[in-house]
Amino acid sequence: MTALLEVGGLTKRFGGLVAVKDISFKIEAGEILGLIGPNGSGKSTVMKCIMGIEKPNAGTVKLSGTDVAGWPTHRIARQGVGIVFQHARPLQRQTILEHIILALLPDNLLMLRTDHSVRQRAEAIAARVGLTAVMHRLPRTLAFADLRRLELAKAIARNPKVVLVDEPFAGLTAAEVTDFSNLIASFRAEGHAVLLVDHNVKGVAALVDRVLAMYLGEHVAEGTAEEVMANETVRRVYLGGKIETAARPEREGKGHTPLLDVRNLGVLYGKATAIDDVSIHVGEGEFVSVVGLNGAGKTTLFNAISGLVPYSGAINWRGTPLAGKTAGAIARTGIVQCPETRELFGDMSVRENLDLGGQHMTPAESTRQLDWLFGLFPILKSRQGQAARTLSGGEQQMLAIARALMMHPKLLILDEPTLGLAPVILEQLSKALETLRQTTDITVLLGEQNVTFALPHADRVYVIEHSRIVWEGDPARFAEEAGAGYL
Amino acid sequence: MARNRTFLLVAPALIVMALLPLGVGGYILGLLTVAYYTAVFAMSWDLLFGFAGEVNFGPSFLIGVGAYVAALLNHYWGWPIPACLACGAVAAVIGGAVLAVPALRLSGPYFGLITLVAVLMLQNIIVLNAGITGGEIGIDIPDVLSIDETTNYFYAFGFMVVSGGILFGLSRSPVGLILQASGQDAIEAAALGFNVAKHKLTAFCISAFFSGLAGGMLIFYMGTASVGTVVDIAVGVNVIIAAVLGGRRTILGAAVGSIFLIGANEVLRPLGQLATFVVSAVALVVILFFPGGFLGNYLHTGGRE
Ligand SMILES: Nc1ncnc2c1ncn2[C@@H]1O[C@H](COP(=O)(O)OP(=O)(O)OP(=O)(O)O)[C@@H](O)[C@H]1O
Ligand SMILES: [Mg+2]
Repeated sequence: MTALLEVGGLTKRFGGLVAVKDISFKIEAGEILGLIGPNGSGKSTVMKCIMGIEKPNAGTVKLSGTDVAGWPTHRIARQGVGIVFQHARPLQRQTILEHIILALLPDNLLMLRTDHSVRQRAEAIAARVGLTAVMHRLPRTLAFADLRRLELAKAIARNPKVVLVDEPFAGLTAAEVTDFSNLIASFRAEGHAVLLVDHNVKGVAALVDRVLAMYLGEHVAEGTAEEVMANETVRRVYLGGKIETAARPEREGKGHTPLLDVRNLGVLYGKATAIDDVSIHVGEGEFVSVVGLNGAGKTTLFNAISGLVPYSGAINWRGTPLAGKTAGAIARTGIVQCPETRELFGDMSVRENLDLGGQHMTPAESTRQLDWLFGLFPILKSRQGQAARTLSGGEQQMLAIARALMMHPKLLILDEPTLGLAPVILEQLSKALETLRQTTDITVLLGEQNVTFALPHADRVYVIEHSRIVWEGDPARFAEEAGAGYL
Repeated sequence: MARNRTFLLVAPALIVMALLPLGVGGYILGLLTVAYYTAVFAMSWDLLFGFAGEVNFGPSFLIGVGAYVAALLNHYWGWPIPACLACGAVAAVIGGAVLAVPALRLSGPYFGLITLVAVLMLQNIIVLNAGITGGEIGIDIPDVLSIDETTNYFYAFGFMVVSGGILFGLSRSPVGLILQASGQDAIEAAALGFNVAKHKLTAFCISAFFSGLAGGMLIFYMGTASVGTVVDIAVGVNVIIAAVLGGRRTILGAAVGSIFLIGANEVLRPLGQLATFVVSAVALVVILFFPGGFLGNYLHTGGRE
């Protein structure tokens, strides 16, 4: 029997960089293959080559025996391949239901009417992935997890024989990961072949039948999840060690001068309350984590502090109110936000993005800062000339963090920095933050739903739920008092 | 709901327009005749920009090809008007396709630049071959649609209603949805199995067809074809302003914008040179502060916020 998907000797080069090198694998009907590897190891590129979005330089991509390597994307799609992209890019002006209807339409110029059954099928799919309540809304008003659901809904609608799923769990909570796992498992139950990429090792291991590990574009290991995770190379280059809790240096004057003081903050989006009577404070040199599930209000809180959304209540910075200041003026006072959405300049190179961050420094200072950051993220050093848009998901995240650090912030706001990072990079980032704390007077406000990352560093933790702060305290007490639902 | 709103807006407007010849004089009917043809130019342009996401800076290339082919056939060979119009429209589609096939391969602003260059080339060809085309002065056309203002008015009105109906219907159909997806994210659309190039090319050809046909109708109304009326960059700019003013992605807005633009120019005529300035300023203000245009907010009820 021929496998549904059979990839042989796949190779893809970008200029001098070999992103994928001689990768081969097979997926049978009703099987899920996990593809893991550190950031930039070529996982998304493998998927793009299968889908025809990138043309492979060599190798075959066989769908039930038919070699489709090099075909245009729409023909490969019609041959029975669907992709759930790493970054959801919904159409801005169409409702959720319209997105699903679109995915149900055949590629036909004479389709002048949708019959009623198409709409009904779209509604059924919305119900299956849990989007019924928001079906008539526009994507930009949706929570993060719902946007990911929409991507899955589109894949279901296309009903492809081969489903490629790129980082479905990134940014999701434990409960949502379970939800999504069930949806992906249902592809298997229906006899589809699934290729799954994700950095959530636990989530992947629980779901897949086999795992293939890649490093620098090459095949490193293949087998059951346990076998691959036990592999020496995989442990070293991908999994890394455990995130350690370091002892906190006591700082003089800590707690006396609240650097940032947010009082009774309220934010409305139209009629919906996004932040309700939130008060937090951050002392000089403190590391404060705001823990909350998707949609709880973390990003809105940070956007209010950065002056990006109108709010009620008061935000004081070193005792003076920030109200009425433009976002630019607030950034110049030393509040730097590294947003969840990254906001990189896609067509500019890595180096140019960083140099923009270092605008206000003397050349000597900025060189020193750059050297330090390149030590932190070596991959960025070797990619200085690459356009930011073409970086892998994790590489972009590193660049966003590096650019924020380049601005020498007094208060660094990190919004979900762990999104899409390989475990080993999390460990590095964690060490870097620790060094930063030990050696500089930086103050950090971290928003996370990944508590294994948020807790070890924090001096203090806030928990935000349904737009309100529901808990505040020491990270050591978090597990017993507020941990349910996060751990 | 959106469908009801559209109907509530369109039905009374059409009734008023149809009854207009009873109440107003020939001069105003003449203005509106031109406005209705411009409306078709603008609606065709909106199909391409608003839906397929491609900025065509040279709508007057398509208009001009349609108009001049029709004009030359009538002037030199005396072909009957319908044949001239059909050939003009087909020529616009062919000219448009020749332009679009290579241009659509390029991403970003290049498509727009190519369409802009095409207008300049067409203009040059006409001026350089002045012996045949009449050059700057233009070419006179023996036949006219009609010499009666009211009849001409109804030709234009009927033509606008039919073209607008087709373009609007298309924009709201599944094909319109695929077109919007192709315009907003070509990779995503391709991954869903849609041949993006085919859909965009079709949109371009449809846009070219109606532009060329309307261009031909316009010169048969005016009795002469000249660079200044159907080819000049300024003609294209007016079409674009009308479409954006009226509301991008609405099709109908483009018609409203055209009528407004021509009406405003007329009302402000006593200001002389200043009139163009005032109209441009109004357009600028609307675009800056109400990017949705006149109809943008009224018709876009696609989703709850
Ligand atoms: N268009 C491009 N031009 C140049 N380099 C590219 C391009 N696309 C990808 N790359 C590089 O190829 C490598 C592989 O990228 P890919 O996106 O496949 O990584 P990945 O394994 O999916 O990583 P992540 O886990 O971070 O998403 C990366 O180093 C990336 O920078
Ligand atoms: Mg990736």
